[in-house]
Amino acid sequence: MNARLLAGAALAALTIGTVASGPALAQGKLSGDTVKIGVLNDRSGLYADLGGEGSAIAARMAAEEFGNKILGKPIQIVTADHQNKPDIGSNLARQWIDQDGVDVIVDVPNSGVALAVQEVTREKKTVFLMEGPATSRLTGDACSPTGFHWAYDTHALAVGTGRAMVQEGGKSWFFLTADYAFGHQLESDASAEVKKAGGTVKGAVRTPLNTSDFSSFLLQAQSSGAQVVGLANAGGDTITSIKQAAEFGLTQSGQQKLAGLLIFLSDVHALGLSVAQDLVLTTGFYWDMDDEKRAWSKKFGERHGGKMPTMVQAGSYSAVRHYLKAVEAAGTDDGPTVAAKMKEMPVDDMFTKNGKILANGRLIHDMYLARVKKPSESKGPWDYYQILRTIPGAEAFATLEESGCKIAAK
Amino acid sequence: MMGTIFGIPPQALFGQLLLGLINGSFYALLSLGLAVIFGMLNVINFAHGALYMMGAFVSWLLLTQLGIGYWWSLLLAPVIVGLFGVLLEKTLLARLYKLDHLYGLLLTFGVALMVEGAFRHQYGVSGQPYPIPEALRGGQNLGFMFLPNYRGWVVVASLVMCLGTWMAIERTKLGAYLRAATENPVLVQAFGINVPRMVTLTYAFGVALAGLAGVLAAPIYQVSPLMGTNLIIVVFAVVVIGGMGSILGAVVTGYGLGLLEGLTKVFYPEASNIVVFVIMAVVLMIKPAGLFGREK
Repeated sequence: MNARLLAGAALAALTIGTVASGPALAQGKLSGDTVKIGVLNDRSGLYADLGGEGSAIAARMAAEEFGNKILGKPIQIVTADHQNKPDIGSNLARQWIDQDGVDVIVDVPNSGVALAVQEVTREKKTVFLMEGPATSRLTGDACSPTGFHWAYDTHALAVGTGRAMVQEGGKSWFFLTADYAFGHQLESDASAEVKKAGGTVKGAVRTPLNTSDFSSFLLQAQSSGAQVVGLANAGGDTITSIKQAAEFGLTQSGQQKLAGLLIFLSDVHALGLSVAQDLVLTTGFYWDMDDEKRAWSKKFGERHGGKMPTMVQAGSYSAVRHYLKAVEAAGTDDGPTVAAKMKEMPVDDMFTKNGKILANGRLIHDMYLARVKKPSESKGPWDYYQILRTIPGAEAFATLEESGCKIAAK
Repeated sequence: MMGTIFGIPPQALFGQLLLGLINGSFYALLSLGLAVIFGMLNVINFAHGALYMMGAFVSWLLLTQLGIGYWWSLLLAPVIVGLFGVLLEKTLLARLYKLDHLYGLLLTFGVALMVEGAFRHQYGVSGQPYPIPEALRGGQNLGFMFLPNYRGWVVVASLVMCLGTWMAIERTKLGAYLRAATENPVLVQAFGINVPRMVTLTYAFGVALAGLAGVLAAPIYQVSPLMGTNLIIVVFAVVVIGGMGSILGAVVTGYGLGLLEGLTKVFYPEASNIVVFVIMAVVLMIKPAGLFGREK
């Protein structure tokens, strides 16, 4: 017993020694003779199903395409849970970069956490691939030369769903807004879009993150008399508010429509089609659109309990793959060099064809306006969306000038 | 249009008060179970939220795996959760009665984390949908608001349970034994009453109440591993405000705070999550034993 304990301690000491000496050896082309990818997201809270382990699986699938090796050295993937707390997220990022030799940070849903991590990666000149977070500030006033915003953002959601609803006659809006960075930004982007399209905003109510009962907020939305109730929230909050809106007959009366500004495939799955049917939403990815997407998603599903990927998870694959290609092309994992290379190369994979990255790190790719199918239209599990319209990337995302990113202008 | 109360149209105010009452029903039902357990066993049952979540999951599993519907679950789920409670009490809690309260709290907190972790691992966090039973779908237009029938049913069911429990403990012979057993277990045992079994059953009953609340909650909220965590802290605040161990206190405070929270959502929604805790702090300063508690 004692001998085994001793051996364990010795082994642990050895491991610590190896890790500590890692950065010191970083003189070759790859720091630490490896490319280390850190997937940082919510693995246990309300956003765990839209990213979580699925994003890590997607990153692994990208690495496997390279045979888990790059420039002859191994690719390593580590994961951590930021618990939706900006301080925990930025501490983890700092520790990863400073002590563990992590070269690139992936996913980071929750705009509040992403904004904090962006500060760290900017300072450390580390590549940051964002699929989970929404706020358009990440490529706006809070942009970074090594930060990339991949799957979607609040601007694209507002343009997609906001404009479509106004065009269908939903002129007056009332917002249910998640009370933190993301919700505020989504509300403000959507309000701007609604007004631009000739609509009005009657009011908004700020709801605490992770609210279990939305009924009083829904009642306020109901009494506002607005034609459209815009849900500027995400994940568990969106699920609860849609479910309870159905319960309170918000949409049955025919006077009000729900606009889910950010709805993930995992949300629709959790709600069930009978509750979610006919919701209009904007997404950056849907698995059942072409053969390539279907094939990839099927492989993903086999490793993730049969679940089809959300746009966050598919985006994580695409971003990691593009990053690795850039490392290969640049012959180094030095942050700024790889970031510059990534912006030079077009993004071409199952997620997007001929995607371009702006100087502020925004990936310009097509977005899709979709409608959730009725239970009678769905042919089987995960057959949830009907794609109404492709929103060209140039229309969906803000231009470099509009974004307000100062670094990019230099 | 017409007159307003503090700048809020009366329809909106009535609506919010009614909603507050509905939320209060859950607070009351859960804090009732906690009060029964604390009052009789002196155990601060931190696993209560996890057991409430379990009640919802059991009814979801009954429906999806065995095709057993809502009405049977209303009976079966609390029994199953109650049995889990018996197991918990017999194997773990019973060993801690002689120690400080703190040990029971730590144990049940640990149990809660394990139960929640297990469900989270198995089912993810987005939750599972549970349909509203056929007979309770639709709703009534009350003029000032649309009241879903199901929510009306929740208020009635919770009131009946609260009243029933209070009667059973304060007005029946069994309740008298129970109260006597907590005052002086040795003496009651000397009269030939099996005190340990009574304690086990009391714990099982308190836990079953949590399970019942879970079944009631399933059609309203997503059946999610996190649903207990979201609620339990508020419920503890309710129990502290009402006075630890006071059954009447738990029920009255449960409904009262539900109403108050409803009002906050009208006047200052951002504060709706913390208003209960502000009140708790104030009550603790003025009357540390709680509104209905007795100083020891």
